[in-house]
Formats: sequence, C-alpha cells, structure tokens
Amino acid sequence: MSVKNYIRERFFPHMWCPGCGHGTILNCLLRAVDQLQLDKKDLVMTSGIGCSARISGYVDFHSLHTIHGRALAFATGVKLSKPQLKLIVPMGDGDALAIGGNHFIHAARRNIDITAIVMNNRIYGMTGGQYSPLSGPGKKATTAPYSTIDNDFDVVKLATAAGASFVARSTAYHVLETVDVLKKAIEHKGFSVVEILSQCPTHYGRKNKEGNASQMLEIQKNTTAKLGSKALEKNPLLIPRGIFVDNDAPEYCQEYDKVVERAMKGRNA
Amino acid sequence: MTDKIKFVQGSEACVEGALYAGVNFFAGYPITPSTEIAEVLSKRLPETGGKFIQMEDEIASMCAIIGASLTGHKVMTATSGPGFSLKQEALGYACMAEIPCVIVNVQRGGPSTGNPTHVSQGDINQARWGTHGDHSIIALTASNHQDVFAMTVDAFNLAETYRTPVVLLFDEAVGHMREKLIIPEEGEIPRVDRLRTSLGKGVDYHPYLPREDGRLPMSDFGGDHRYNVTGLFHDMWGFPSNNPKVVSGLLHHLNDKIENNVHNITRYKEHFMEDAEYVLISYGASARSAIHIATNRRARGEKMGVLELQSIWPFPEAMIREKCANAKAVLVVEMNMGQVMRHVKAAVDRPEKVFLVNRIDGKLITPTDIKSLLRVIQGRGV
Repeated sequence: MSVKNYIRERFFPHMWCPGCGHGTILNCLLRAVDQLQLDKKDLVMTSGIGCSARISGYVDFHSLHTIHGRALAFATGVKLSKPQLKLIVPMGDGDALAIGGNHFIHAARRNIDITAIVMNNRIYGMTGGQYSPLSGPGKKATTAPYSTIDNDFDVVKLATAAGASFVARSTAYHVLETVDVLKKAIEHKGFSVVEILSQCPTHYGRKNKEGNASQMLEIQKNTTAKLGSKALEKNPLLIPRGIFVDNDAPEYCQEYDKVVERAMKGRNA
Repeated sequence: MTDKIKFVQGSEACVEGALYAGVNFFAGYPITPSTEIAEVLSKRLPETGGKFIQMEDEIASMCAIIGASLTGHKVMTATSGPGFSLKQEALGYACMAEIPCVIVNVQRGGPSTGNPTHVSQGDINQARWGTHGDHSIIALTASNHQDVFAMTVDAFNLAETYRTPVVLLFDEAVGHMREKLIIPEEGEIPRVDRLRTSLGKGVDYHPYLPREDGRLPMSDFGGDHRYNVTGLFHDMWGFPSNNPKVVSGLLHHLNDKIENNVHNITRYKEHFMEDAEYVLISYGASARSAIHIATNRRARGEKMGVLELQSIWPFPEAMIREKCANAKAVLVVEMNMGQVMRHVKAAVDRPEKVFLVNRIDGKLITPTDIKSLLRVIQGRGV
C-alpha cells in the first residue's frame, strides 16, 4: 500500500512552508502506520494548535484538531472511553511543553496507551517565530531580539521522569530511524513519547542563521548520534538518538478495567 | 420501592439524574462546592461499566469529556466558579464543534476564589458569555432536588437534541442541602439518545451538513466514517475554512439552532401566578424564599405569585413579557447584583416596575429580605 491511502488528498496541498520538516514527519508516520498494517478505522489522531497540529486534518483517520496545548487531555477522553482505539497525538514543542506541559507530564504519569509525538522545531512557527521552551538560551526569535535567556529542557528526561514507558528521539533527517521508532512507539502498550527534531527554515533558521532547509538537516545529522555509538562516546555533547525507555508497566485503561471489576463485585456482593 | 426514595444532597440528586439520563463518562477536578458530584460518580460509574477519571486540572476535565462524547458516550463534568472560568475555552470548542456534553456549575461566591463554601448565583452571565465569540448556549437551573434530578435529565436530552454543551447552574445551597428525592421509574422521564447517521460504510458522510430539521446526525469515533473535528470555522466535512460564506453560515447556524428554539427549550414553573399583581421572578435556592413569601401572602388574600425560571439561557423573554403583562410590580429575587434582573427589564413592557431583591454576602436570601422591599413597593413604609 502507499502512504496515499492514508491521506485526505482533497485537502492538499498542505499549509506548511517549503522546507519545513513536518511534512517529512507526516510521511514517516504514514509509513509506520502502513507497515504495521493498521486499520484506519481504529486510528484517532488528536492535535492541538500550531503548525504541527494541522497534521490531523491531512490524515484519513478519525481526527480531532483541538485547542492549544490540550490535545493529550482530549486524547485521554477518547482513549479511556473507547480503549480499543489507537491514539496518535502529534504536537509542537510549544503546544506540548509550554501551554500543554501539565497534560504532558500527567498523561505520562498515568501511562495511558497514547503515542505522543513532539515535533520539535524549537520555535512558535504559526505565530511568526517566537521563542519556545525548547529554543534554549542564546537564540534569536521575534520575541527575543536581544537573544533568549530561558533555559530549555530535555524532552526525553522529562518524559522518563514523568513515567512514560516508551521514550525515543529521532530527527527529520533520519527518516528510516524515525519510521522505525514510530512503529515501536505505536505498538507499545502504554504512554509513548517520540521527540522528532524538525526544522523551521522560515523562522528559526532565518533568525539564527542556520541556513536553508538542507543546511538545517545537515545540522540535525551533525549534532546528533545514535545511542551506544562511538560518535556519542567520543563526543557526549552530541544529542543522542534512539530508544531510551521501553518498559512494561501497568497501562491506565487496563487498570481501570480492574476498578470496574472491583466496583461490580462490591455491588453484587 | 424504598430504594427509589432517597434523602440526599442536591449534588447527589444531580448524580442520580445524570445516571438516569445515561451518563457513562465523567471527568472532573476537586472544587468546593461541587466535589460531591465527582465523589459519588467515582463510586457509581464503574458499577455499571462507566468511566470516571480525575484529571490534572479543570481544563483537562472539560477536554476529556469532549473526547469521550465523540466516541458516543454521554458525558458530564462538574465544577464551581474558578473551575468554570478555566473550562471556558474548551466549552467554546464544544459549541463550535457541536459536541453534546453537560457542565455542572455549583455556584459559589466570586469573583476569583471568592467565597468557596457559601452560596451565590453570580455565574449567570458567565454561563452565557464566558467563552469568546458569538455563540449560543443552554443553561438550566433548579430550586429543589426533584427538579435538580429532572433538569439534569433534561440537560442531557437537550445536549443531544441540539448537539451543544448544556450548563447546569446550581448553587451551593441546593447542592449541599439534604431533602427527599424520589427516583422516577424507568421511562417516566423520556430520554433522548444520540442521533447517529444511518449512512453505511462507503457512503460519503458529512458530519456538519444539517438535515432538513436542522439536526446533525453524528458518527462515533471508531465507526465507519472518518471525519475531521476542529474548533476552526469549518465546512460540511469538518475541514477548516475561512471562506466568508462558510464562516457566516456556521455562525448563524450555531446561534439559530438554539435561539430559534427558545419556545422548545424554555422551562419554568408557576406558583400562584393566576391573576398575580405582584410577580416574584426567581430561580435556584432563591426561589424557595420567594415561594415561601407568596404562599403566606396568598393565604392572606394578596395577589402574589412566583415565576420560577428553570431555563435561564436562551433567555425566555417572550414568556416573561407575557406573564408580567398585568403585574403592578415585578421583583427579581436572586443572589447576585441583578444579572437576571437586567434581562427581565429588557423583556417587560414597563421596565420601571421591575425591582431587584438580592443578597450578595454569601448568605441565602431570606423571606424577610423579600418582605423588606415589598413594604417599600407596596407603600407601607421602610
């Protein structure tokens, strides 16, 4: 099957800028879904607000494009009410971790079976290039003309500490790896987080003189290294890619089934 | 029969009504004075296979019930002032995306943290205008537990009928007070279930194309039809659009579907209203004091009646104008600074005969409070 089978062609061309990494990530996601041979009927994509959030309109799944930062809260309602559905929640870095940070850590804490994808381009693109919680210090943005002083945080460490039972990182450059980790994340029973570094040449790249899309992809290639690789051993400052956490842990909806069992027993006793 | 008669708090009456109406998903966050609703549902829902979840905040609770409604569930959340403020953005989303859901607001004193354990009716206007943009909303209220039950069932029915969020505006006094509740027999109060599309697999389903009667059949997430739901202005497929015709068409639809049905949505009760010269308009806990006064005065031959509102939004303007046409004076009895009074003034032919009897100090308005103003109006001194 081709990825075309999973998109709503009627709604193309998409609204992302030329060179944006988000289209590549969409493509990787559809390949993952295709390779897993998932039935579109069982797939729900929930998204918030921002460039990344528009992804839900393009896929031929049940799609829920919601409000800023709350995609995981909506997804929790969908999943808990109908656990047989597979929930995929792509979010931008601002959407997931600034306004949506609370929902992110609590969805991870519950270990509810949802696949969260953080499409991290380190900027608010849709509003025109303001700094995000993942921009990091010393970066330029339309709201940081004198450069940022805010620290960023590590999505992988945050998700791990909050209790996500699957945590991985990839980039828009490493497409084959991205397809692979997305497949594993979707198949994982529990809350899975995949951070995918993406490029925004229009805003982040331009403001921070990182060049065009291909030059930004070069940066993704050169500043990251696979977990366990020699390159990472030699240079621990590189950003590690790969699967950091893959645990079997009690999943929320399954645990709730036990609550129902206990409640029914109590009632019939 | 005995288990059908209960001595319960108003919040429990609301829970009983919700269960009778078929609620099977609740998401909430602890807040005084509505927490009892969450507590009781956390026990009752799983007993029948329903789902209860305590979310990380008020916003998430509102979002979760919208998600669960889309899979075909009857959903509810409960809160009070500060939580109601937090839910407003998602409530607007439910208006825009036309998702049936019920939001209970057990009112306490505000603004801000205000008076958490004391009674108020200060969120009347917030229920109407709390979320941004032009939209319409349905809000119901009740003064006693039997009516709390009935209005809660009604709220679910109206949410399904009009594909809209419905707000239940209770207050701390009714919520915490204990009194008798008789659970009606199955079928005694009709129940409106979700209108689902009859279109089968492979047939193009348009989630936002109204039928001739204005209703929009739904399709559950996980069903044969895959479609997009968004808070952006959208076309009949649910896909975002800023086409001016689509934008104005949708905005008109969202308002008209409710405002054009005021006569179908209006709920009220009349107490001694026949030939009444003095009309007390009230609702919620305040109505109990108004009814007390009218009962006493009627016994003394005074022509006094109470028009008890059970639906606040859409505002029953035509009904109020008609009921007050022959009144010498109209007293609006409420626990805020005249939120319903302003709309009554706008509704009646002679606004100068409308007076406000209110209390805003966290104490329940008493019959004596009403009597004091009546003395002035009736020319019996101050």
